[in-house]
Amino acid sequence: MQSYLLSEFIVERREDRCIHCRVCERQCANEVHLYDAELDRFFSSEKDCVGCQRCVTLCPTDALYVRPRLEDYRPNSSWTRDKMQNLKKQAATGGVVLTGSGNDKPFRVYWDHLLLNASQVTNPSIDPLREPMELQTFLGRKPDTLKIEFSDGKAKLGSELYPNVMLQIPLVFSAMSLGAISYPAFKSLAMAAKEAGVLFNTGEGGLPVEMRDEYADCAIVQCASGRFGVDLDYLNCARIIEIKIGQGAKPGIGGHLPGEKVSDYIAQTRMIPRGTDALSPAPQHDIYSIEDLSMLIYALKEATNYTKPVSVKIAAVHNVAAIASGIVRAGADIVAIDGIRGGTGAAPLATRDNVGIPMELALASVDKRLRDEGIRNKCSVIAAGGIRSSADAIKAIALGADAVYIGTAALVAMGCTLCQKCYTGKCNWGICTQNPFLTKRLNPELTSQRLLNLLRGWGHEIQEMLGGLGVNAIESLRANREHLRGVGLEEWELNVLGVKGAGE
Amino acid sequence: MLVQQYYQNERFVPDKEMDACGLFGVMHTGGVRFGGQMAIDAIKNMKVRGSGLGGGFAIYGLYPKYKDHYALHIIYQDKNMAAKKVVEAFLKKHFYVVFDEEIPTNPDIHLFAPPLAWRYFVAPQKGSAEENIPDDEYVISKVMHLNSHIDDAYVFSSGKDVGVFKGVGFPEEIADYFMLDKLYEGYIWTVHSRFPTNTPGWWGGAHPLSILDWTVVHNGEISSYGSNRRFLEMHNYYCTLHTDTEVLAYAVDLLMRRQELPIEVVAKIFAPPMWEAIRQMNDNDKELYTALRMTYAPLLMNGPFTVIVAHHNEMIGLTDRIRLRPITAGAKGDLVFLSSEEAAIRAVCPDLELAWTPPGGEPVVVRLNTRDHLQSLNKSI
Repeated sequence: MQSYLLSEFIVERREDRCIHCRVCERQCANEVHLYDAELDRFFSSEKDCVGCQRCVTLCPTDALYVRPRLEDYRPNSSWTRDKMQNLKKQAATGGVVLTGSGNDKPFRVYWDHLLLNASQVTNPSIDPLREPMELQTFLGRKPDTLKIEFSDGKAKLGSELYPNVMLQIPLVFSAMSLGAISYPAFKSLAMAAKEAGVLFNTGEGGLPVEMRDEYADCAIVQCASGRFGVDLDYLNCARIIEIKIGQGAKPGIGGHLPGEKVSDYIAQTRMIPRGTDALSPAPQHDIYSIEDLSMLIYALKEATNYTKPVSVKIAAVHNVAAIASGIVRAGADIVAIDGIRGGTGAAPLATRDNVGIPMELALASVDKRLRDEGIRNKCSVIAAGGIRSSADAIKAIALGADAVYIGTAALVAMGCTLCQKCYTGKCNWGICTQNPFLTKRLNPELTSQRLLNLLRGWGHEIQEMLGGLGVNAIESLRANREHLRGVGLEEWELNVLGVKGAGE
Repeated sequence: MLVQQYYQNERFVPDKEMDACGLFGVMHTGGVRFGGQMAIDAIKNMKVRGSGLGGGFAIYGLYPKYKDHYALHIIYQDKNMAAKKVVEAFLKKHFYVVFDEEIPTNPDIHLFAPPLAWRYFVAPQKGSAEENIPDDEYVISKVMHLNSHIDDAYVFSSGKDVGVFKGVGFPEEIADYFMLDKLYEGYIWTVHSRFPTNTPGWWGGAHPLSILDWTVVHNGEISSYGSNRRFLEMHNYYCTLHTDTEVLAYAVDLLMRRQELPIEVVAKIFAPPMWEAIRQMNDNDKELYTALRMTYAPLLMNGPFTVIVAHHNEMIGLTDRIRLRPITAGAKGDLVFLSSEEAAIRAVCPDLELAWTPPGGEPVVVRLNTRDHLQSLNKSI
């Protein structure tokens, strides 16, 4: 059926600059640029353009411009362009409208309404270039007290500790599975995490056996509803095991990796036949209640002889605080909360844009609830979903997070431009595709360096802001909401965040 | 001073008070009791460190005649006699009051809104349901009740053989008002002179702050206040005085009294070594210090502070880990001094034998009948 869709982008070529090198043509997996040798001329197929800017970035003479095409229908505040486009798309196919990456709707981004404090007079600010500024963070359950023994006047630790994992910077790469992203992208995350002393999360696609020797030490392995790639060695090689209950981009629904993407390598890692669809059910079918979750947590702890913290990742939904409390009581050492702006490789648009709540509010209420119940030290809290900068990260920590997951920010560092077409398998940046012609565009040596630069840069920025606050260890800002003030927020929002308004 | 109060929303937790201050403490390690002249003269010597908005003294070995009874110093704001009536009915119900009297004051000294100050020497009178509660916990819970439920009545101190005298004014004025130099002797004196930067002084907010026989005087602003406060709330300490000192006092109570950790360890919780230093320690210490930092991260006191904590038989001085506020120690014979400034020590003890500056995070622990305080001398800067 003919589609009535209008193109999403305008592709402009400045002929006076173009040298006909055909880079654009080779780089575009969507085949937007076509070169006619006979006419010595380029044609553009604008309707296929996703606006990923790959051709623009690589054009040696800056001859290309790709711009969103926004104003072709009569302006209408209710029937916006994307609403109409989606209707037309659906009318042509009868399907569910798919999308990729995180929610792009203008819900309030609370980070942009929170401001940090700094020292003046009564306490000195500290210069991180001259003095130590500590970002080390532990993930895992903390005891209520320690037993200290003395022999010959020397103190010695007398208690046994729960397993904890130290991060050099309180940043962790979010779960992005091999299969959803390409092997070079996956490996780049692992390499950067190892180098920076942080962790990466394998997602639910397993961890390739040959990566385990080198990178399992900085891996969080996921045990999700599809149980792909889970065996005893997979669990035992990692630092942390994460049970994935939900994802911020698509709370309440599962995942679907189409069979075309399940190559030999991915099939082997996921332990499924090649070319079959990898379906992750919406719920974990052995968890229909909190006590079932507890059984899985302890099954995983038994399997790893209680040597690894177990994390439970949930999407931020309406009663997230009560759920988090239950999760901690069920035995989890870490609770990860993924907010409505969390990313995804593929999700139904309706779900992505309409289900869940912002992570800032969820985080504040989870932290408060766990403290009210006196169990905050029994777990670490990781905040995920829409952390765009070091400032967002430090604000999340001030609201109560122990560390933050960064997914989309890491993808952008690798080249991603948030074109939201991850589900098509045609990622021109080689990130979200299994097409070898595209994945080879990503060199793990170079890409991991970009990620490492990102971590280092954020680390420095966090240190600067911490020093400005007059503290020299990140734990002194954790849950320290006295150092946050809100601007332009409603009273109920300030109440949920537990933050005073600016000037209050 | 404990007040149990719970805010439904953190937005409504008042701002903490910020202050800078002068501190002084002196202890006779032989346990010999002496008068207040040294403490008063020393703090007078540091006049510019205070602003006349708060001063106070804690004295140990104060009431030898009643040393087995809890000495409750209670003030009635605006001389509210109705509050006194309610408090005394409460005391009668829950304690055996063996003796009580008005704390004598000098009528010639005029201070800002002086309250009525009364002291009660009491022993717990537990109901059958409370028999298993240890005495200390029992007293704390009752003190908490008094402070939070009865308007205009505040318990300044509640330990045995110890008392806190404090109020709004310069510390030497408080001393004159309560006639400390004339009436009392003790083997530890700690003093505080207050320089609040954002609130007028009130009698309850002056230092020392005290729980049972623990007292704290403090100089500084703890930038980690919010983290500390929220952690302590999980252990049912509700900070309602909104001073940094309060979180220190509660943290000391939690770690030293409830969890029975020695001060040497507690000092390393409040002012832990840097990770870089821990990395270079031997395996035993590395394990210990890593565990301490991991477990007690929310009790790291970050930002500039100096504190003098005292309880029976012990006086402890400590600065923050990068030493942003001063402390000096001095000794002559059995007398050991802790002070914000060395000049103040020399003013009251011109023939001082030792004076040293302990490094950040290194406690000076002055103990009865020991020379433990000299341990920090070896590490001094």
